[in-house]
Amino acid sequence: MYKILRDPGHMELALVAGIDPQSEGLARARSLGIPASHEGIAAVLADPEIKIVFDATSAKAHVRHAKLLREAGKIAVDLTPAARGPYVVPPVNLGQHLDEPNVNLITCGGQATIPLVYAVSRVTPVRYAEIVSTVASRSAGPGTRQNIDEFTFTTARGLEALGGAQQGKAIIILNPAEPPILMRNTIYVIPAGDFDKDAVVASVEQMVADVQRYVPGYRLKSAPVFDRRSTPWGERVVIAMLLEVTGAGDFLPPYSGNLDIMTAAARQVGELFARHLLGVREEVVA
Amino acid sequence: MKAPRVTDTTLRDGSHAMKHQFTREQVQQIVQALDAAGVPVIEVTHGDGLAGSSIQYGFSGTSEMDLIETARQSATRAKIAALLIPGIGTRQELREAAQRGVQVVRIATHCTEADISEQHFGLAKELGLETVGFLMMAHMRPPEFLAEQAALMESYGADCVYIVDSAGAMLPDDARARVRALKERLSIQVGFHAHNNLGLAIGNTLAAIEAGADQVDGCLRGLGAGAGNAPTELIAAVLDRLGINPGLDVFALMDAAEYVVAPIMPYQPIPDRDAITIGYAGVYSTFLLHARHIAAEFGLDPRELLVELGRRQAVAGQEDWILDVAVDLAQAKQRVA
Repeated sequence: MYKILRDPGHMELALVAGIDPQSEGLARARSLGIPASHEGIAAVLADPEIKIVFDATSAKAHVRHAKLLREAGKIAVDLTPAARGPYVVPPVNLGQHLDEPNVNLITCGGQATIPLVYAVSRVTPVRYAEIVSTVASRSAGPGTRQNIDEFTFTTARGLEALGGAQQGKAIIILNPAEPPILMRNTIYVIPAGDFDKDAVVASVEQMVADVQRYVPGYRLKSAPVFDRRSTPWGERVVIAMLLEVTGAGDFLPPYSGNLDIMTAAARQVGELFARHLLGVREEVVA
Repeated sequence: MKAPRVTDTTLRDGSHAMKHQFTREQVQQIVQALDAAGVPVIEVTHGDGLAGSSIQYGFSGTSEMDLIETARQSATRAKIAALLIPGIGTRQELREAAQRGVQVVRIATHCTEADISEQHFGLAKELGLETVGFLMMAHMRPPEFLAEQAALMESYGADCVYIVDSAGAMLPDDARARVRALKERLSIQVGFHAHNNLGLAIGNTLAAIEAGADQVDGCLRGLGAGAGNAPTELIAAVLDRLGINPGLDVFALMDAAEYVVAPIMPYQPIPDRDAITIGYAGVYSTFLLHARHIAAEFGLDPRELLVELGRRQAVAGQEDWILDVAVDLAQAKQRVA
């Protein structure tokens, strides 16, 4: 909500819907003059002017919503792990699915790490990619906590489908340190054969710049590290990338970089759909 | 004091020291020796639990599912256990482990994050497994806090909850107070898992038993992460002298340690310089070998890395932070130079 208010682009925030009449979020929306409803999906379906819907409910709820939204001719940008539509990570395949009624944003860890795996796989084939996402305990809500396996499955599938890795693996760790830690991701990539280190570094740097256009707090702590390790494919060079994501602080605290990257990606995808619907042609710049 | 149940975790915690290279043959020999000596539960998994095989923690030489199957086939009366750390392993691997012969699952979370384990306890109970909760890095929170986290695990279906001194950082009074708090709060069993980084694995295990621990862990010859664990053969000898031997054959366990495990150990875990630092700084015992490797690459003293990781409140499984800290320390030194 805050990201669209701050930079609406070609969108107009028409409604914020929830299911709890006492919801603080709905009260905040109303106090900012935004129409809000506690009647959930029904309120969204009732308004024919709404063309794009961001669904941040739960995987279970989204399965039901996906069908209803499709029937109502609305585009769904799915922030849950339901994965009814194709995966989208903006700098990788934004624009390939503009005729889909539903796209899925994978997971926060996926949005953070898949661009960097893709940055390697576009210059050299990737045998294996593994990511470790460490988030502050306080920024992991009940949905993540009760469904932590879905994070692991969905992120790993995203590393393969969009990152271009032959095999993907994801690990998530919650850290309760006080003050809360920034979202940290380690991305390990094992290329399939010999590769040009300089080409990898250049591709990664370009990708970091591309992501920074919509997530300003996205940065590598150092240049990629090349380290020899024993692997199931023999002794191989492992590329390790240490990524830190600081939230923009639009509403959530800066340590919630995991949530920030998700909402930033959603806004980016929504904007592209809006331009597509309106027939606006120029390049998207966040 | 009553006799505790002893779980041997040579084939899980010891996997760290073995760099996850246990073979089927080694598993068969160790399980047969433990089983014959009366050890009732034997844990077999990658050191970081099911699906721990990774760049982050080290790849398994032999699939843990194959090792679990061998263990089950080699035991006549002991139950086979596996470790599962939500965030690393998932219900998918738990199902497979149960099919391959696991009868007990130990579900581990950082000691503040028990609420990520609900779906795993749920499935374990559905599969008919005995369930143990593991509150890792338990030195980082006070007894009353841990009791609340343990109560969550009890509500999800745990049959026992362990206080896990993953960093080997506790003193005997710390172990005693934590076990006592869980005993008072829970109606299920309570366990204790020690590491020897400060030379207190046996002492803390005894303190935990005095405080009412129903289950304790050991590894033959202390083969485990950091300075290793409480040696199973030593627990047996001490319990026997205390008059609370739960049915362990003390001499058979000494022989297993001496003739089966010692010959295959790459080194004898002891509280040496870096292991003491782990206990002293309160970081995860498995950081030992990773910190040494990365310190050598960056020309740093492993102790600098370990102390800084402790200061940053690193938790179990954050091996990637070692590289992160090394990069920071190396950059800081460059600036000074």
